This record gives sequence, structure tokens and C-alpha cells, in this order.
Amino acid sequence: MTTVGWLQISLLFLAVLLVIKPLGLYMARVFSGERTFLSPVLARLERDLYRVSGINPQKEQSWLGYTLAMLAFSLAGFLALYAMLRLQAFLPLNPQGFAGMAPDLAFNTAVSFVTNTNWQNYAGEATLSHFSQMAGLTVQNFLSAATGMALAVAVTRALARSKVATLGNFWVDMTRATLYVLLPLAILVALAFVAMGLPQTLDASVTATTLEGSKQVIALGPVASQEAIKQLGTNGGGFFNVNAAHPFENPTAWSNYLNIFAMLSISASLVYTFGQIVGNRRQGWALIAAMAVLLISGVAVTYWAEAQGNTILTAIGVDPALGNMEGKEVRFGQAMTALYAAVTTGLSDGGVNGMHGSLTGLGGLVPMFLIQLGEVLPGGVGSGLYGMLVFAILAVFVAGLMVGRTPEFLGKRIEGREMAFAMLAVLILPLVILGFTAVSATLPFAVASIGTAGPHGLSEILYAYTSAAGNNGSAFGGLSGNTVWYNTTLGIAMLLGRFAYVVPVMAIAGSLAAKVKSPASAGTFPTDGPLFVGLLVGIILILGGLQFLPALVLGPVVEHFAMLAGQTF
Amino acid sequence: MLNHVRPALTLVVLLTLLTGLAFPLGITGIAQAVMPSKADGSRIERDGMVVGSSLIGQNFTSDRYFWPRPSATGPQAYNAAASSGSNLGPTSAKLKERVVGDVERLKQTGIAAPVPADAVTTSGSGLDPHISPAFAKAQVIRVAKARGLPPAVVADLVARSVHKPAFGLIGEARVNVLELNLALDALKM
Repeated sequence: MTTVGWLQISLLFLAVLLVIKPLGLYMARVFSGERTFLSPVLARLERDLYRVSGINPQKEQSWLGYTLAMLAFSLAGFLALYAMLRLQAFLPLNPQGFAGMAPDLAFNTAVSFVTNTNWQNYAGEATLSHFSQMAGLTVQNFLSAATGMALAVAVTRALARSKVATLGNFWVDMTRATLYVLLPLAILVALAFVAMGLPQTLDASVTATTLEGSKQVIALGPVASQEAIKQLGTNGGGFFNVNAAHPFENPTAWSNYLNIFAMLSISASLVYTFGQIVGNRRQGWALIAAMAVLLISGVAVTYWAEAQGNTILTAIGVDPALGNMEGKEVRFGQAMTALYAAVTTGLSDGGVNGMHGSLTGLGGLVPMFLIQLGEVLPGGVGSGLYGMLVFAILAVFVAGLMVGRTPEFLGKRIEGREMAFAMLAVLILPLVILGFTAVSATLPFAVASIGTAGPHGLSEILYAYTSAAGNNGSAFGGLSGNTVWYNTTLGIAMLLGRFAYVVPVMAIAGSLAAKVKSPASAGTFPTDGPLFVGLLVGIILILGGLQFLPALVLGPVVEHFAMLAGQTF
Repeated sequence: MLNHVRPALTLVVLLTLLTGLAFPLGITGIAQAVMPSKADGSRIERDGMVVGSSLIGQNFTSDRYFWPRPSATGPQAYNAAASSGSNLGPTSAKLKERVVGDVERLKQTGIAAPVPADAVTTSGSGLDPHISPAFAKAQVIRVAKARGLPPAVVADLVARSVHKPAFGLIGEARVNVLELNLALDALKM
């Protein structure tokens, strides 16, 4: 670790800190239906969209109506994307003449992009036509992110309102998230990306004659536009197989900054939006503080572990000065790769700028653990916020138990019904992750897919289901995931991780919205101070993390000690 | 549920037109008009022929050129139509075996252990255009000998090819292998 490395990391966090308030306030206006500086351009388009779609923007929905609308929209998006991937051979903009995807891979990919996971069991540049990348994947990059934001706003309203039966209108929230937040930012970021060197063309490739006289076919495409929304929507599905490690997705240290900044800023700002809408900005900052503590700790562990280098290679004559360079790019080095790895998993992005499967035992433990915590640091756009609110509800409940007082969060009493749904939501991740991992680890044909034997093999399987259930999308890529078993089970894990989680969360929202919002009294446990932040961090670690500890010990921790002992597999 | 069908279907279609076609095609139009060389992949031409992209690594095996990092792409190294990392874990026997072989190969060209880490590890993309200044310096003697140039001239070229971090802070010190080799070829002329 170097001072310069830490300075680089700090600058990024500083930049995000500066944008939280203005962007958070702007989004609060957007989701309150107020006019913004973009209204003169977009208001008409917005009205037309509602009119053609038969939506009455004034009509609010109950929690169930809101949830059903979200499910219907996700299903429609899934079917459209599935059909597009299967039929891509017959669709336009297919200069390489790629065939349609196989059914299991198309299922996996469509689920992956609709759930904002963006797990990739395919190599983009060798599988997908430009049409599929643009009209298929780019679209879901927008829509799955807008869906997450809408859900977070609905949960926020439940805490802001008193004795109401409705949480807003899903169609309006989703449309406004797309038009007023994601699209304008995506245009700015995409153009900045082109200026940094990301290609944006409809050509498929250019063939170069190398200095040594051989031919090099260089894949091209509309990369910058997809990369922009991939990050802003914390999707993470790259244009190319190796994602943002590819020099065309991430050519310089500056583009690397913009990548991380873009993925972090909306999620972090939404927490401020939450504080603004519930009328307690300090509450927003308290949540941001808890997220920052855990996220920066994650960066520190990965950075430290990777900077030590791989001791097995050091022993055979490799200089450890540059750290563990397998799977990393020279232009990023250890600091910016560690930062990316922690942020992409603390969020629900899943893009990578180095191969997570080649991280050291402890360096790779961190990204896996951050996803298992529920991706709330600050999580996917929207999904992170509502995940964090579930933890906040659990934290006030635990605090209430300790002092024997009825727990309250932002004036809302937390009772049996909310707790039951909160626990249901929190148990989805371990059930899906550990369940599928255990089954796969006992099936010979599933084990046959692993790339590196020994503890790393278990890590590969564990990481895959962690990433899928957490809707992250990054991978320990040694696992050959494009098999019927993994395509199907990972697809199911993604669906459960997104929808089986969000339905109980929306039920909590419905129940909270119906309650009276009582003013704070002398007996209220303050949820916007350092005591609560500490408690929240503890709850996240214990409830979110502890259940995964045995599996993590068998995988990455054993691998760490095996590496120190010089053992290979 | 049924009252959700119409908005779901129409919004998927309309927003596909907006975000899936208008957005990427609009950006393509602007990019091609304003920044065509970057939008087309930062190609490098020599004598009217595309010899590569300044952002994408290419393979060099001759002693007359600086070598890039090993690459994990298949079927050949630096296949820019199929990016790939090795994805080998730190305790992989295959990784150790490969690195032992590469360290040995470098030793035969006069590079003493410990070798720079980037010289024997594959990058995440398999297309890393850069090597560390240490690896570039370690190759100076070999390249100078193969070209019959004084080592000081080649060393000077390497020193001038090092991209330093911006403001001494942002990014890593690095050498673009293709650009260095182009400069090397230009030197001879």
C-alpha cells in the first residue's frame, strides 16, 4: 500500500461526497413530481408516454398494486429480451452474423439483465449483435435501474407519510427515473467516455496488420453508450467479455475514475433523497456514514491483501513490488483495482476492472462478503436503499429489545408484522446462496465446471451464487458457468434474489404507510446519531455476514493459508 | 394484474425506442461527428495502413521488439476479438507452472530474478497495452543487441516513453508497448 494509492482512493470518495447533496435534492424533486430544469424539454414526452400507455399519472397505487405493476413490467422486459436474444440472427445490426442464443443461455441472460444482475455467461464481443447490445441489454440497463429506484422511492414514501393506503404510481416513478435521472446523466457520461477513448461506432471491427506482420481483428461497437448506463444503473454488464478491464471499456485512470464515480453517485445520492423526502436529512447522512465505514474497510482489506503479492509466485522469482498482477491491468495497479472491486460489490454493479477470480484469498473474500452483506454499501440504485432500510428496521428493533421500549423508526412503530417480513427478506440471500452452493458442490457435473481445484474451486461456486442472488454480476471467472445447470440455477437465484426479496420489503412499506407517524418524544431512540450508526454497522455484519462465515472459511480463508504455505492445487 | 398489461407492454416498447435506439444511435452520431478517431477505436496508421490501436495491446515475440505481458486470450495471444483473463486462482498449480516457465524464459534473455510481476502475469483483459517501466528497462539490452543499437539510445527511448501518473497522483507509471515499438522502428529510419 502506498500513500499515493490511498490519495487516489480518497479523491474518488471526495468527489462522490460533493455530488451527494445536489444530486440527492434533484432526485427528491423528480420523485415528488415537481418541475425541474429539464421539464421544458421532457415534460411533453413524459405526458405522451403516459397517454399512449393508458396511465393516469395522478392515480396512486397500494403496495400490492405497485408491486404487481413492477412485476408485470419486469416480466414484459424479460419476454422482450428473451425473444430478442433467441432471434438475433433475424434482427438488424448484426454485422458479424451471430446466431441466436441457446434457450438456457438466453434465459440466464434475460433474467440477468432484467434483475439488474448482469451476470454474463457469454462473451459479448463474440456472441451478441449490436442490436442485441443496444435494443436489448442497454434498454434493460436503464429499465432495471429505474425499477430499483422506483421501489426505493415507494419505500421512502411509506416512511414519510402518515396513515395512507398508497405509495405512489410505479409507472410514473419508473418513467421519471428514466427520463429525468438516468437518460440525461447517461448522455453526459457517454460523451465523456468517448472523449476518453471508448469507441462508439456501428462497425463490428477493424483489422490491423501488426508490426510483426500478423493480422489482429479488433472488436468495436457502440461501447461508450452502453458503458455509461451500465455504470449509472449499477448494472455492470459489459460490452466485452472482460468488462471494464478491457482497454476499450476503460482505457485510462481517468475513465476508471469516471466508471466508479458513475456507479457510486446515484446510489449514494438516493440515500440523501430519502432523508430529504422523509424530512430528516441527518437520517440520510447517518445511513451514508454506516455505508462508508464498511465500504472503506472493504477497500482497505483488498488493497492490503493484493499489494502483498502472491507469495507462491514471490518464492519462484517474481518481484512482489507491483503486488499480485495476475488478472490486473498495469494502468490501474493495485489501488484502483481494489477500489473498483470493493465498490462494484458494495454496490450491486458487478462490473470489474480486473479478474476477481485471480485475487488472493483475502483480497477475493472482500468482494464476496460485501455482496453477502446484501449490497447495501450503498447498493444498487434503489435496491441498496431499500435493503439498507430493512437493516435499519432490524437495528431499531434490536435496540428496542435491549432497552425494553417499543421500537420506532422515523415515527413509525415497528411491530411483529414488519419484523416477520424483514426477517423473511434477510433470509432469502443465505437460503439461496448456501443452498445452491451446497447442492452444486455435491454434484459431479457441477463440480466439473470449476477452474482451479482446492478451496478456490469452492470459492468459484460460492461466488457465482452469491453474485447471482445478490444481483451483482461479477464472477470468479474460472467457473465455466455456461452449462444448463448453472444457466438455470443461477437464473433462479437471480429471480429469487430480486423478487423474493422485494415483495416482503414492499409489504413492510404498505404496513408502515398505514401507520400514524408520531412525533419524536424524549423517549425516542434517535436513529440519526453515531450510536445508531454503530449499531447499524453491527447488525449488518452480524445478520448479513455471520451466516456466511463457515462457507467463507472453507473457501477464501483456507486458500489464504494454503498460499502462505506454498501449496497449489 | 390485467390493467398492468397495457402500460407494461407499451412502456417496454416505447422506452426501448428511446433508450435502446435513439440514445445509442444519437451518441454514435455525435461521437462520429465530433471525435471520429476516438469513436473508431484510436487506430494507429503507418504508411496508410492500420497497424493497431493505441489502446489495445498486440503481441510481439521478436527480440527486435519490446515484449508485452503474457496474454490469456485464445486461440492466440492478444486476440482483440475475444478478450479474456486467465481467471486462475492464486493457488492454482497451472498458474505456478506457467510462471515458472516464463521466469525461466526471461532469465535466458538476460533478465535476472526477481522479475517484474507484470512480465510473467496475464492481464485481466488479455489485451493490456502497457508494461511497467521496470519490465521495459529490463528488455533494453536484448532489444539493443538485436537491433545493433547502443543500449544507451534504447534506454533513452524507454525513459522518454514512460507515461507518468497525472499530477504525480492519478494512474500508474506505464509504457505503451506498441507506441514504444513504433518509436523504435522510427529510430532506425
